[in-house]
Amino acid sequence: MTVGADAPRPRVVVVDDHRLFRAGVRAEIGALVEVVGEAADVRSAVALIRQTVPDVVLLDVHMPDGGGQAVLAALRAELPRVRFLALSVSDTVDDVIGVVRAGARGYVTKTISGPDLAAAVRRVADGDAVFSPRLAGFVLDAFAESGPLPPAADPELDLLSQREREVLRLIARGYAYKEVARELVISIKTVETHVSAVLRKLQLSNRHELTRWATDRRLV
Amino acid sequence: MADAVAGVAHRRLYRDPDRPLVAGVAAGLAAHLGVDVVLVRVAFVALAALQGAGLLMYAAFWVLVPQASVGTSAPRSRWGRSSQLVGLGALAFGVLAVAVATGSWHGSAALPLVVAAAGIGLIWRQADESLRLRWLGLSRRLIGPGPATGAAAARLVGGGALVLAGMAAFLATHDALAAARQGILATVVVVSGLALVSAPLWWRLWRELNEERRERIRSEERTELATRVHDSVLQTLTLIQRHAADPHQVQRLARSSERELRSWLYHPAADADRQFGAAVEAAAVEVEEVYGMPFEVVGVGDRPLDESLRTVILAAREAMVNAAKSSGAASGAVFYEVEPERVTVYVRDRGAGFDPAVVPHDRYGIRESLVGRMARAGGTAVLRSAQGEGTEVALALPLRPGGGGT
Repeated sequence: MTVGADAPRPRVVVVDDHRLFRAGVRAEIGALVEVVGEAADVRSAVALIRQTVPDVVLLDVHMPDGGGQAVLAALRAELPRVRFLALSVSDTVDDVIGVVRAGARGYVTKTISGPDLAAAVRRVADGDAVFSPRLAGFVLDAFAESGPLPPAADPELDLLSQREREVLRLIARGYAYKEVARELVISIKTVETHVSAVLRKLQLSNRHELTRWATDRRLV
Repeated sequence: MADAVAGVAHRRLYRDPDRPLVAGVAAGLAAHLGVDVVLVRVAFVALAALQGAGLLMYAAFWVLVPQASVGTSAPRSRWGRSSQLVGLGALAFGVLAVAVATGSWHGSAALPLVVAAAGIGLIWRQADESLRLRWLGLSRRLIGPGPATGAAAARLVGGGALVLAGMAAFLATHDALAAARQGILATVVVVSGLALVSAPLWWRLWRELNEERRERIRSEERTELATRVHDSVLQTLTLIQRHAADPHQVQRLARSSERELRSWLYHPAADADRQFGAAVEAAAVEVEEVYGMPFEVVGVGDRPLDESLRTVILAAREAMVNAAKSSGAASGAVFYEVEPERVTVYVRDRGAGFDPAVVPHDRYGIRESLVGRMARAGGTAVLRSAQGEGTEVALALPLRPGGGGT
């Protein structure tokens, strides 16, 4: 994942309640993106994002006063051009699926390397979705073909196509988008289209497995 | 005497709440003395014939001997419940018999007394039961809503009504009802006055009690968390300070602490001996601890382990070890998927890789052992690699529909 040197740098706001982590992100990706501000809680994040209108918000899932979902709920409809990328140490299904369904364009864990994070920011700024292997695994689980569908299920939203499933599987196996493209002999753009389609289904589908499965998982 | 029982050094006398005829006194005594329960019961009945001494003893035991917690013996059956009712009935009958025998029988007074005694019996049994419920409730509160107490409340109200009815009947048969009415009226006025005055006090007591109980639960949780943090995080931080010069060691320590905390927070019940997914993760942890290469494990689906799935785990572990030993990559990725008809595992690294056309001897050996191992379990193993592009091992095992692996 390389970033073209000639492209304009995306403007980024970092929202995280840990100062050290914000400083770390700034140090790691500051040269590749333009960090226009930092916020440590939901209220100041909402104010800052309204004021700066960045291209991408790096959003911590867990914060003391409601976390990433609260920020998304406050701004999603108001600022549709601002894109959100969730960033967390948390591995719980509910958190990840919750923040993506609330409108985040992707989810990466905090262990991601600086260059990979910068590439993910750029991808989100371009309107694409970013799936980490873990998120791909969660989504495959959520859309598993086994189990009965509710009668009113919308097949357009509730089922993944064979191709989308293949793409997700490769991402879950640790393949970068360009490796997925080479493996399936399709263009990177097509991979991105598939991933965006999956993101849309994840956000819009009311497939009851999405909620039921999250509950099941917690009880495992 | 109790010390003579093998395996139990020191036994206390308890009433047995699981096998009672009346209150579990005889059963408790029998267990304590190591004799047959029937013998104890016969002894009580015999003693009861001596001016009711047995009854008095039984009552004293009932009051003084604590109840054992539920579930120490066989679970209580419906038969146990009805037998207890029979026992209580027999006791009431015995009291009556004693009353007749000792000449203190006043026909008109007896019936109200029996009714009142039945009410008291109900309430006292309830006291035993509620003690038990409190024990149960404490353990269940952490899991979900407590047990339904509707039946308990009904029993309490019913018992109270029986006692009141018995008292009223007793007074009525002695033509004392009119006089009692005056007294009762005065009592009611005084009691309600007192209740009104002291209500805030009771209310506060009740709230403080609740508050204290909640605080205790909270502080227990805090203690557990503190212990956990101390055992893992604090220890690790101390070790990290001491090994600050050795980045590999520091990284290894931080990873193991992270993993431990993570599994405690998010996967409390994962059981590597029973579930395939947990076993894959355990294998990755093992390889990381021995060879220092972390693997990110992503999984879809799960199923219980069986023999052939254990083979898949072993093969996956071998592939990870192989990647850790010879790929040179900093980290690897493991993906497993459990579908109804097959299980697949991919182990991938972005290390040096190798040209399959010129397979080094050791690689060849590993490949053969992987392929052979999987073949014996009815599955397949495929190695893919290219110079400079890392290696990926794909393991697949078809499953018999409905059953375990083939």
